[in-house]
Amino acid sequence: MQTQITIIGGGILGLSIAWGLARAGNDVVVVDEGDQAFRASRGNFGLVWVQGKGYGMHQYAKWTRQSAKLWPEFVRELEATTGVQLEYSQKGGVDFCLSDTEAEERVDLMNDIRSGLDGDYPFEYLEHTQLKKLIPEVGPTVTGATWTDMDGHVNPLYLLRALYTGFIASGGKVINNQTVSHIEPQQTGFTINAGVTIESEKIVLCAGLGNKILGPMVGMNVPVEPNRGHIMVCERVAPFMTYPSVQIRQVGEGVVQIGDSKEDVGLNDGTSTNVLAGIAKRAIKIYPLLAHLRTVRSWAALRVMSPDGFPIYQQSSTQPGAFVVTCHSGITLAAAHALLLSKWIASDTQPDNLESFSGDRFSI
Amino acid sequence: MAIAFRFKRIDTPASPVINWQYEGDALTAYKGDTIAAALLASGIDYTRSTPVKSTRRAPFCMMGTCFDCLMDIDGVPNQQACQMVVTEGMVVKRMQGARGSSNLSHDE
Repeated sequence: MQTQITIIGGGILGLSIAWGLARAGNDVVVVDEGDQAFRASRGNFGLVWVQGKGYGMHQYAKWTRQSAKLWPEFVRELEATTGVQLEYSQKGGVDFCLSDTEAEERVDLMNDIRSGLDGDYPFEYLEHTQLKKLIPEVGPTVTGATWTDMDGHVNPLYLLRALYTGFIASGGKVINNQTVSHIEPQQTGFTINAGVTIESEKIVLCAGLGNKILGPMVGMNVPVEPNRGHIMVCERVAPFMTYPSVQIRQVGEGVVQIGDSKEDVGLNDGTSTNVLAGIAKRAIKIYPLLAHLRTVRSWAALRVMSPDGFPIYQQSSTQPGAFVVTCHSGITLAAAHALLLSKWIASDTQPDNLESFSGDRFSI
Repeated sequence: MAIAFRFKRIDTPASPVINWQYEGDALTAYKGDTIAAALLASGIDYTRSTPVKSTRRAPFCMMGTCFDCLMDIDGVPNQQACQMVVTEGMVVKRMQGARGSSNLSHDE
């Protein structure tokens, strides 16, 4: 099989780029490993989230914000061309603070990010009484929350389906259930062993945690590690939650989804009752009415984290034409990946200000 | 289509009959019947309507995984009728659409 560009990884990140490339007329093949892979795209929370991201790397805050701004047009095109409704809404979001210390730290962090963006970073801190006006159901012990109109949420499974449908409709090909065992750089291009042999001019590694193994095959060090997050899902209720938060959101079909745990437990995506109990406790403090809801499901998934938590975008210096793209916010950044980053892969011209995302920052 | 004649008991148990209510009608069940089984044996047509499109649904998997048998059981909404046994005097209603959020702040 021959193609212009091969994307390794059929999750939201890989398909965002694949869809972006295919709609621009490129010849693209996606290789998807199958359900033995740790599928972050199937297990994530579904936030299109800006606030709080980019502390310590203002370029990341800017990039995140840019992607959130592109989301409305990204959704319009995806929904119109695929007929899949994404349950997307961007009315703003809150991040709750449960103590004075949490509140102080949050506001300091948000102010720091704001200064890095020359003040172009709209948010407010709402103390309890103000917050109660915005969210009447908030619990009495919640100290306050940061609020911004930059945030939103989406159904990540519908997003995945839309990207897949759109990619196929634009002429893209997907090879399912194949693990890439070997990538052989050629004089020009690459030979990829994925059940079938693919000869490809370019290759993009979008394999999440798998990039750590694939990177060295094309001369790149990709030091990503798993970080486990739990999600708990409650029975459906008539919509009452207008604003999503990092901790809790109500999805389009009425389900209340809870979860913001972070654990380093290696390649283990099992669930822990203690962690789930902790999540539930915090959720009930924020919204006491949730105590009356039954939980129907819970699961855990693995975030893909680089050492500093920021994305890695890089073209191999020893094997030009090989790219790596990895990040932990594949939903939020999907618009930027599809509409901007894909142009870099196609043209070799890196978008402005993305040099700082090179994985070289981890080499001493 | 009515489900009335699709389900029949393999044998009618000898155990005592339980009296209960479904949508205001008096029904009988046998000891050990789940609510879902008793309703199917009684020939109900549907047991809930879905929250988004109001599509009618009835018990399907009978083993707790599909959540299609959600009902209001003794005043508690969204309960799985296939996972609960009928008891004397039980009052069961269809789950119509999504559970309201207004009653969440009170004890049920």
